[in-house]
Amino acid sequence: MKKYTFHLFAILGMALFLSSCGDQNGKASSNSGLSSNNAEKVYVAPGEHDEFYAFMSGGYSGNLTVYGLPSGRMFKEIPVFSQFPTSGYGYSEETKPMLNTSFGFVPWDDAHHPDISQTNGELDGRWIFINGNNTPRIARISLSTFETEEIMEVPNSAGNHSSSFVTENTEYVVAGTRFSVPIPQRDMPINEYKGNFRGSLSFISVDPEDGHMDLKFQILMPGFNYDLSHPGRGKSHGWFFFTTYNTEEANSLLEVNASQNDKDFIAAVNWKKIEEYVANGGGTMMPAEYAHNVYDEETHTATSTLKKEVLTIDPTKVPGTVYFLPTPKSPHGVDVDPSGEYIIGNGKLSADLTIHSFDKMVAAIEAKKFDGEAYGIPILKFEDVLAGTVKSGGLGPLHTEFDGEGNAYTTFFISSEVVMWKLGTWEVVDRKPTYYSVGHLMIPGGNSRKPFGKYVVAMNKITKDRYLPTGPELEHSAQIYDISGDKMELIYDFPTHGEPHYAAGIPAELLAPKSKKIYKLSENKHPFAATGPADSKVVREGNEVHIYMSMIRSHFTPDNIEGIKVGDKVYFHVTNQEQDFDVPHGFAMIGANNSELLIMPGQTKSLVWEPKKAGVWPFYCTDFCSALHQEMQGYIRVSPAGSNTELSWSLGE
Amino acid sequence: MKKASILMILGSLCLLGLFQFPLWNIMLGAPQYPEPLGMNIHITGIQGVSEFDLQNIDGLNHYIGMKTIPKADEMWEFNIFPIVIIAMVLLGALLGILGFFGKIDYRFFLGWFLLMSILGIMGMYDFNLWLTDYGSNLDPHAIIKVVNEDGTPMSYKPPLFGYKKLLNFDVSSMPATGAWLMFIGMLLTVIAFFVGRKSKNSVSSEKKHKLVTP
Repeated sequence: MKKYTFHLFAILGMALFLSSCGDQNGKASSNSGLSSNNAEKVYVAPGEHDEFYAFMSGGYSGNLTVYGLPSGRMFKEIPVFSQFPTSGYGYSEETKPMLNTSFGFVPWDDAHHPDISQTNGELDGRWIFINGNNTPRIARISLSTFETEEIMEVPNSAGNHSSSFVTENTEYVVAGTRFSVPIPQRDMPINEYKGNFRGSLSFISVDPEDGHMDLKFQILMPGFNYDLSHPGRGKSHGWFFFTTYNTEEANSLLEVNASQNDKDFIAAVNWKKIEEYVANGGGTMMPAEYAHNVYDEETHTATSTLKKEVLTIDPTKVPGTVYFLPTPKSPHGVDVDPSGEYIIGNGKLSADLTIHSFDKMVAAIEAKKFDGEAYGIPILKFEDVLAGTVKSGGLGPLHTEFDGEGNAYTTFFISSEVVMWKLGTWEVVDRKPTYYSVGHLMIPGGNSRKPFGKYVVAMNKITKDRYLPTGPELEHSAQIYDISGDKMELIYDFPTHGEPHYAAGIPAELLAPKSKKIYKLSENKHPFAATGPADSKVVREGNEVHIYMSMIRSHFTPDNIEGIKVGDKVYFHVTNQEQDFDVPHGFAMIGANNSELLIMPGQTKSLVWEPKKAGVWPFYCTDFCSALHQEMQGYIRVSPAGSNTELSWSLGE
Repeated sequence: MKKASILMILGSLCLLGLFQFPLWNIMLGAPQYPEPLGMNIHITGIQGVSEFDLQNIDGLNHYIGMKTIPKADEMWEFNIFPIVIIAMVLLGALLGILGFFGKIDYRFFLGWFLLMSILGIMGMYDFNLWLTDYGSNLDPHAIIKVVNEDGTPMSYKPPLFGYKKLLNFDVSSMPATGAWLMFIGMLLTVIAFFVGRKSKNSVSSEKKHKLVTP
């Protein structure tokens, strides 16, 4: 009977719903028409490919994730600053040096702002850079292997946040410090911050051939917080712009004490001039300690070198290189439009956006129209450099990207929306809510001279009810807006891994064709590689045992090993013999105190195992590689310490 | 006859394409191989369509106990075929030249074509024998043993020509560029024969005409 009533109510409800539809005179039906249209916009049919790659920073995951747009499908997590047991990154002998720093092994970081290499201000898809915020580092990731190839520690920096943005021809990847610190570091009272701490802006050159990074010079600035940065482009190429906050130089309760000045600064740095100064022998070499870690694709091995000095620049000694542009309300992001004329200051405690004009800035500098100075650095007059103000009506602007068609898109954290406005007229064209509290946003190529203005991706800080709940901890949420029309249209939500601070997008056609499929065995120069089963062997050196092991569907060579003793340090050097796309093999050893290895075709990786108990212990392949995957296993006989079991190895005997 | 002789020379020279282009192509596609694996059979040996295709085909074939794809020095054919082709090119060109200077008759051209056809059929027969051996002479310790309904072991012989489904693989076997050039060349020699015959007929009718008119 109860059931029956329920049905009755359901039918009544349906009737009500239907009639209300009718009442709206087809409004509802036009809505549903729209949403099905949106479904088509993000639908990438099975087997079809996305139009864009999106590289989302992982924030506190320390890594970089690769997504497709518009589908929002995740393709890969690229380990960068964090150990990654999935592949063995940071656990294998080859990759441990990647996470070396002057503080020793640091297996985690807070990865913030990915930026794709550029040529003539356009995305060229060679590399992507990302900064580690906590223990200041810059990483370079290959966009043919999608693996981290290089990590450069940044000395004299703390909270490496105004990073890692590239100049127009990837001459430099730039890293600025968020926290000012004593330079060089020393033991001193914290409350003597003001006037004593300094902030460093680091210019790291990038070799156009192999991408190798070199810390060329550091500009030692007053002790403000350098929050974000962007290069000039086009006519402003040669300049770099950094936002500052805490020009109050507070060292405690910054929440209040760093929010007192009505205006902070955007620092405009003429790096071309400083480069010249350096080329002519300028600057002071200062002792420093920082690690430079390079992964070699042919040896499949990283090496870490500790560097001992850094060239520092006192900007007051090089007149005409650094100026301050007053910008209201603790600006967060600083973004330069594709033409290079407009420098947008996103005053995060304000309702408005402040836009500076590059031409006006140059004119004011030439006319020497200064409004005083800060620590010897000339301050330009706000009115002299101002191009316009966007009166948005929103609150808390953070970041701006461009569509290449004269429009800019700014995120507003506090009012939780994306605002679309016109460059030059400063009028607001459209605004759409975000769910919830958007941080960064990304248009593929949206911080270059050539944006691909089809989608905006908003990266939201708060998720709440957007997805099925998963307890207190939720993934963050991204949203895609279609901007191909006159207005923005929210078309899709998708969860993102870690906490994406910024992302970089690029048309798939620029990357997909050169994505590597395998590593060639013939090019494998790993010193412990077994490039054929005949190279397989076991070598004892004291209590170290090196196992040169090869793997192919579906066996290890060797797969029976005897003569290992408790107390030995066993190195498995495992080479995947496959030369076929997408045939990795895994390697897992019972009781290993690190991780597995996931080895790509043609690659060699090494895992250390220190057997603690006598017995016969199995190892196996962790990747379901073939129909005979379950048979892909082996045994190691471990004898008590001091026993004289002969070292032997075999396959198929 | 001069025109016919030039066609004859050109036709036989077309065979030289076999030294540059593959004679036959076998492609193996499967759900796991959206980009199919393939082998190109040249008269001098077997090559992979992509760099590691042969290695990957061998890797798959080891499950069903097939022998590895033979290297050039493991089959006498790859030594003999180039000699036979060169000989036929030289013979064809020689016939053409002799025809050009009126030393021989157009019927020699057809003779060359028939000889080439016989050699071609012998080559196909030999190729088929190899395919049969390759596909059915299996390692008794093979990992995967598939039997037909009557209990006999399944043969993995690729088709000599056309398409066949072998377990999860779609196998196609087709003549490749070198073979098409050879067919064109052989066709040219047949045309040479007919052109030669036509010109002979017209010459003789002209002669008859001349004989009649005075």
